[in-house]
Amino acid sequence: MIEVKDLHKSYTKGKVNALNGVTFSVKDGEIFGVIGPDGAGKSSLFRILASLLLPDSGIALMNGHDVIKDYREIRQIIGYMPGRFSLYQDLSVEENLTFFATLFNTTIEENYHLIKDIYQQIEPFKNRRAGALSGGMKQKLALSCALIHKPEILILDEPTTGVDPVSRKEFWDMLKRLKEQGITILVSTAYMDEAGRCDRIALMREGEFIANNTPQGIIDDYAETLWSVEGTGMSALLSELRSHSKIKSSFAFGDKIHVTVEGGLKTGELKEYLTKKEFSDVRIDPIQPTVEDCFMALTI
Amino acid sequence: MNMKKVIKISNLTKKFGNFTAVDHISFDVEEGEIFGFLGANGAGKTTAMQMLCGISMPTAGEGTVAGYDIIKENELIKRNIGYMSQKFSLYEDLKVWENIRLFGGIYGLTDKVISTKTDELLKRLDFKDERNTLVKYLPLGWKQKLAFSVAIFHKPKIVFMDEPTGGVDPAMRRQFWEMIYEAADQGITVFVTTHYMDEAEYCNRVSIMVDGRIDALDTPAKLRGHFNAGSMDEVFRQLARKAKRGD
Repeated sequence: MIEVKDLHKSYTKGKVNALNGVTFSVKDGEIFGVIGPDGAGKSSLFRILASLLLPDSGIALMNGHDVIKDYREIRQIIGYMPGRFSLYQDLSVEENLTFFATLFNTTIEENYHLIKDIYQQIEPFKNRRAGALSGGMKQKLALSCALIHKPEILILDEPTTGVDPVSRKEFWDMLKRLKEQGITILVSTAYMDEAGRCDRIALMREGEFIANNTPQGIIDDYAETLWSVEGTGMSALLSELRSHSKIKSSFAFGDKIHVTVEGGLKTGELKEYLTKKEFSDVRIDPIQPTVEDCFMALTI
Repeated sequence: MNMKKVIKISNLTKKFGNFTAVDHISFDVEEGEIFGFLGANGAGKTTAMQMLCGISMPTAGEGTVAGYDIIKENELIKRNIGYMSQKFSLYEDLKVWENIRLFGGIYGLTDKVISTKTDELLKRLDFKDERNTLVKYLPLGWKQKLAFSVAIFHKPKIVFMDEPTGGVDPAMRRQFWEMIYEAADQGITVFVTTHYMDEAEYCNRVSIMVDGRIDALDTPAKLRGHFNAGSMDEVFRQLARKAKRGD
């Protein structure tokens, strides 16, 4: 279990507030996602929980161990995968893994079952230098190294940044299997569409959690009326919608525009309005928000 | 749309020893077009883009970018394009105005032009109070907006962007795309890679690379139709599944 209470952290003599009173808890065996853009404070939070950075104030316990006093114990029970690739580029795949196993007085063989799924995919390249691996393989090696000492809690800082959609999905499938083995997983991402793969998520911005719930709970709490608008000439359609007095916000979502509207406006009314303005093939539907819609509603 | 081709390449190939990173790709991009260059990690996007920017010589094939030959006139290409990526765009330890000054100078603009255009740019971005701010203190979304403005400061014919919106917050990411539209309206051709499939929809045309080849190239709507898919994400998945190259 992870218990965090009122964590504060600032840099450059208080000029930059990285964490502004963060409080949350993660249950055993849960996948907890911290979702927010770069600069939200995700890495600072994770580095504090990994006992690599001291908070200015606040308390954090990892399976009962205090991140400040009990850093030795913490390092035995957590696996940490930093945002930047941090393995030894000049060691081979196998040498990196052996090195991390040795640091924790264990061997690859002893915990092979834990990493088998992931490591098997890169094992054919075990003699290749880590620096010469592709992005996806580096990520699998880093995860194997973070797991080799059988951690109780896994802390993954943006493991899928810069990774293509197919590899991202595979990565989340791996996390699901690790969860099934009882590992508690704290993971951050800037991709809103990954929210659904977590048991619970926190939306983070400017050092604060602006929401903390199950993905469905976040969606249920959405208070706006949300429509999807389609039509020819996206760019012109977007400006037209923005100038409408009863439309609160309009943003492109793929080939559609999501608009939040004031009470009282009817879809038929807007459709007629747009058709009069000579937009063709106009289609308007009330829709369920995605987590990205929720994030935007909370931040703009 | 004006049918002038600003990128025209045929059978472009790059080999590293026995490994064919880019395998006979051919395509054209028209002036003012927003062209999305998609592909899985390791598909060969970066290598292809480096050849188009004149910083890597092809093993075989030919082409022109901004009207210049990619083999014989690669130095001229560099002067006529803009470039930005998430990893490298601006110098963190320089102030906002210093970055603009530096890149303006690199692209060969005179002091006088740089000074007038800097004022215009800061006003347009609503950055007037940030003129003397070190770039490292700007939020990422602001940084990316500034980086894009700097990349097109010298009015290049084409701007190449490598994952410009990675990690940017959702509202900013959309504002950033609105800036891309404005640039395209002014006739600047936009060549962009992204891992956000919703952004693929914002492109006029999209190509998808698999194992060094271009396996699909069309408008997002036609690609969705062709692959009988509800979204570009699905199109991408169908194509990427065919990849044999280990990643």
